Amino acid sequence: MSVLIYADSNNGSLTKNALEAASYGAQVAQAKGGNAVAVVVGTANNIEQLGNYGVTKVLHVSDTTLDKFDPQKIAHVMATAAKQEGSETIIFAHDYSGKSIAPRLSAKLDAGLVTGAIALPNGNIIKKAVFSGKAFAEVEVNTSTQIISVLPNSVDKVETGGTAEVVALALELPSTGIKVKETKKESTELSLTEADIVVSAGRGLKGPENWGMVEDLAKELGAATACSRPVADIGWRPHHEHVGQTGIAIRPNLYFAIGISGAIQHLAGVNGSKVIVVINTDAEAPFFKAADYGIVGDAFEVVPKLLAAIKELKA
Amino acid sequence: MKILVCISKAPDTTAKIAFTDGDTKFDENGVQFIVNPYDEWYALVRGLELKEANGGSVTVLSVGRVDTDPIIRKALAIGADDAVRIDADTNDALYVAKQIANYAKENGYELVLCGKETIDYNGSQVAGMVAELMEVPYVSLTSKLDVAGSTATIERDVEGGVELIEANLPIVISSSKGMAEARIPNMRGIMAARSKPLTVVAPIEASNATSVKNFSLPAAKTGCKYVDADNVQELVNLLHNEAKAI
Repeated sequence: MSVLIYADSNNGSLTKNALEAASYGAQVAQAKGGNAVAVVVGTANNIEQLGNYGVTKVLHVSDTTLDKFDPQKIAHVMATAAKQEGSETIIFAHDYSGKSIAPRLSAKLDAGLVTGAIALPNGNIIKKAVFSGKAFAEVEVNTSTQIISVLPNSVDKVETGGTAEVVALALELPSTGIKVKETKKESTELSLTEADIVVSAGRGLKGPENWGMVEDLAKELGAATACSRPVADIGWRPHHEHVGQTGIAIRPNLYFAIGISGAIQHLAGVNGSKVIVVINTDAEAPFFKAADYGIVGDAFEVVPKLLAAIKELKA
Repeated sequence: MKILVCISKAPDTTAKIAFTDGDTKFDENGVQFIVNPYDEWYALVRGLELKEANGGSVTVLSVGRVDTDPIIRKALAIGADDAVRIDADTNDALYVAKQIANYAKENGYELVLCGKETIDYNGSQVAGMVAELMEVPYVSLTSKLDVAGSTATIERDVEGGVELIEANLPIVISSSKGMAEARIPNMRGIMAARSKPLTVVAPIEASNATSVKNFSLPAAKTGCKYVDADNVQELVNLLHNEAKAI
């Protein structure tokens, strides 16, 4: 019995989330005594590398119509592959692609779905974050087939050094009433949910013209930039940078909060971060209660010094 | 155009999160319930805007017990024409999706709008399941939506950018920030909501594909280690040597 994994690609390269999902799936397969089989669709290069994360076979549907994202078609591919491989466990990443495909597949196969898993399953029980990261739930899947989507940055990738056999999977795709006309990337910067380090700033920076030092710090650290909700709402920063309960939820290794007071809604989106550093002039800012390291001080003085000290460390 | 907006009851974003019954149930004691923000601010308001521009009707649907009625009345006060409550407990996304899909199909809705997720279970599941059960397209995380005739023009958030999509109706959409601006109900809306129709229907037979076994709270942070603002070097040392984060 095999575990099936959907490995997403972007412009022909497998995503970091795909490798995490593959590693998660391989660990589930090992626990169950089965094989890990990954599915890749459309144009994708270097897909053999999935072997390094424990996948033994990659089913590649090379039909280029799948280069245009269509969750209805991919759900059909996954259902076909699951039947062919006899898979009763199917793994996705809980990202933009997984959120579109996994629910469709769940309804198609009448299989229980747990989204945003943060740990390996314990039998049919899967742990996930709920209440926007303020609590956890253990959810039991009651159906024979289970579908799990893994929260990015929450389960370590294990490199096994193995190799994967790539097998072409040919199948007829259903016609659907949807067409991607164009994909516009607003930035070539590091994506927020995949970043190991995130530098985030809020109203304490007083105006959009002061973001230069935040961007410099992020650049030096190889980090992504983010912001609080008020800053996105008044238009100082683009909406796609807004992290928090009603923005993007992230869980990087290291999160810098500069001039952000730490409202409960903001904390909900970032409290999965492994290490939190807070820089704020207000010693009473609630964010310090959620922080690992804190500096009470003026960002305009602290951040340039921080940048200089990090440059020195990297030199 | 017949528009169906699916709304869900959710605890207020500032609610204290606690559990009862041996950590198997959310403690509703003293918790204020609201319309799930994504359902209200984006799905409902965009549905109303499309109706105002193109004509048609907006029905709000919620799966839940009688304690869901106050949030349904709120949605009616904001401007929905009528409401349906499917009288069932909501313990599993696939169960809820089957109820919604059945109702939407039987009543010929062309546009089904949902929020991108609820702020309690954070599932992001129901809308995609409804689409599959209705055998229609689904676009998740939609930040812009327009409809002309039987074609929807959509912008969807993807990693670091947007995807521009064209799709045929009927369609299911999950709504994210940017799709509309929240509306506050006025007194006239609140008065009118009292007399708008709220139909209660029985659920169809379905089983729960998942069930929550227990809840837990994250371990509290052990305390913040403060570094003097004049000694930023020390922070870098700690992040490098102690936290091993840089």
